[in-house]
Amino acid sequence: MTDAPKRTPLYDLHVALGGKMVDFAGWEMPVQYPMGIMGEHKQCREKAALFDVSHMGQVILRGDNVGEKLEAICPQAYATLKEGKARYGFFTNEDGGIMDDLIVSNAGDHYFVVVNAALRHQDIPHMKAHLDGVEVTEIFDRALVAVQGPAAENVVGDLCPAAREMKFMETIVADIDGVECRLSRLGYTGEDGYEISIPDADAERITKLFLAHEDCEPAGLGARDSLRLEAGLCLYGNDIDQSTSPIEASLAWAIQKRRKEEGGFPGADRIQKELADGAAKKLVGIKPSGRAPARQHVEIQCAEGNTIGEITSGCFGPTVGGPVAMGYVAAPHGKAGEQVKLIIRGKAHDAEIVALPFVTQNYKR
Amino acid sequence: MTTYYSEDHEWITVEGDTATLGITKHAADQLGEVVFVEQQDSGEEFEKGGEIGVIESVKAASEIYAPLDGEITAVNEDLADNPSALNEDPEGAAWIYKIKLSDSAQLEDLMDLDGYKALIG
Repeated sequence: MTDAPKRTPLYDLHVALGGKMVDFAGWEMPVQYPMGIMGEHKQCREKAALFDVSHMGQVILRGDNVGEKLEAICPQAYATLKEGKARYGFFTNEDGGIMDDLIVSNAGDHYFVVVNAALRHQDIPHMKAHLDGVEVTEIFDRALVAVQGPAAENVVGDLCPAAREMKFMETIVADIDGVECRLSRLGYTGEDGYEISIPDADAERITKLFLAHEDCEPAGLGARDSLRLEAGLCLYGNDIDQSTSPIEASLAWAIQKRRKEEGGFPGADRIQKELADGAAKKLVGIKPSGRAPARQHVEIQCAEGNTIGEITSGCFGPTVGGPVAMGYVAAPHGKAGEQVKLIIRGKAHDAEIVALPFVTQNYKR
Repeated sequence: MTTYYSEDHEWITVEGDTATLGITKHAADQLGEVVFVEQQDSGEEFEKGGEIGVIESVKAASEIYAPLDGEITAVNEDLADNPSALNEDPEGAAWIYKIKLSDSAQLEDLMDLDGYKALIG
């Protein structure tokens, strides 16, 4: 069965802006614009870039004690998530693998959840099945736009002064040119910025208002991938999946202390054991010494030539000015400074295990 | 001096039994920003259809396939330090190999400029 790719409310705008459209998780999305991936990447690091992320799933959870109920399927401390705050997290399965990663916001009278495009069809039934007494509603009539970069505060703040007062991982509802939008000060590029949920009918008009700012240019999925990789952020399906545990994925920071101690989430046995004893493999940053990019599935060998792991994401990092990668290695080889070999098209290339991220994160704490 | 084009978006300029090989402007534009070029060494022999190098753009790796049989006689080493030349001047300064042709008759399987223009529409 093949469905026609879906389009976001910004599709016509992408085409008008010269976006090169590709199929991504069943959606026709811009991979790049005429500026090119490198230019868009730099634009985001130096000024501001606008991404259409409307393909991601936006979900409203309503009911009593939603945060507590979420704790039954997520290892995060959502019961204590304060109103107006957002928190990165993930669903885990009974084996302690990651089913999807997500952002949960406490919006006061409801919880607002954003999940990956490719997994919304899994996540919605999963929440419906496990959140007893909670009304799970996927929103289909709102676009989601990310404005990211050091100039994002000015781009968004000029239209919505309240945005300037927000701190990292805060969420509000505010008026943008007469339209009620949800603004969250977060994103997935390593830069300061906002994700803004806008009613479909106004999405193109509001997006054009952001793009009218001299410091804001559109950017596509290509730049989004190189930006998140330089920032050391996992991409579901590449770096994390049903088989990888959050501890292997170096995501222990995303499990709050109380949950680590108390458990009570799917796969807690494995995750608590790995927290105590360490995991057998570990997701690390890898910096190739030469210029050859190491892509997904490239074999990683130790200095002695034994296989110790595999690259999960790799590309040229425009800000770093050379190739960057992430991958899993056997835990004893996972320390920064370890010299490894990457087998690219049959040839061994020198590389080093490095601490993530590759670029300093620039959040407004 | 005549220029031929392959379906894999390479160009070959032939003078006698030696030729210069590169990728077309159309191919370079499709690839996007080139960040790395993996070339073979001078002296390597190859057969039509064989892989003779890899061009890496920001997003992906793309193989270069030999449009005919031959031997590499020179490698454009500037591309190692300046891979973006492939975006700037792919049909000029950013040639990839000089090659010695084994069988000039194979050139007849390639396209002329009009044929190539028709291919890329």
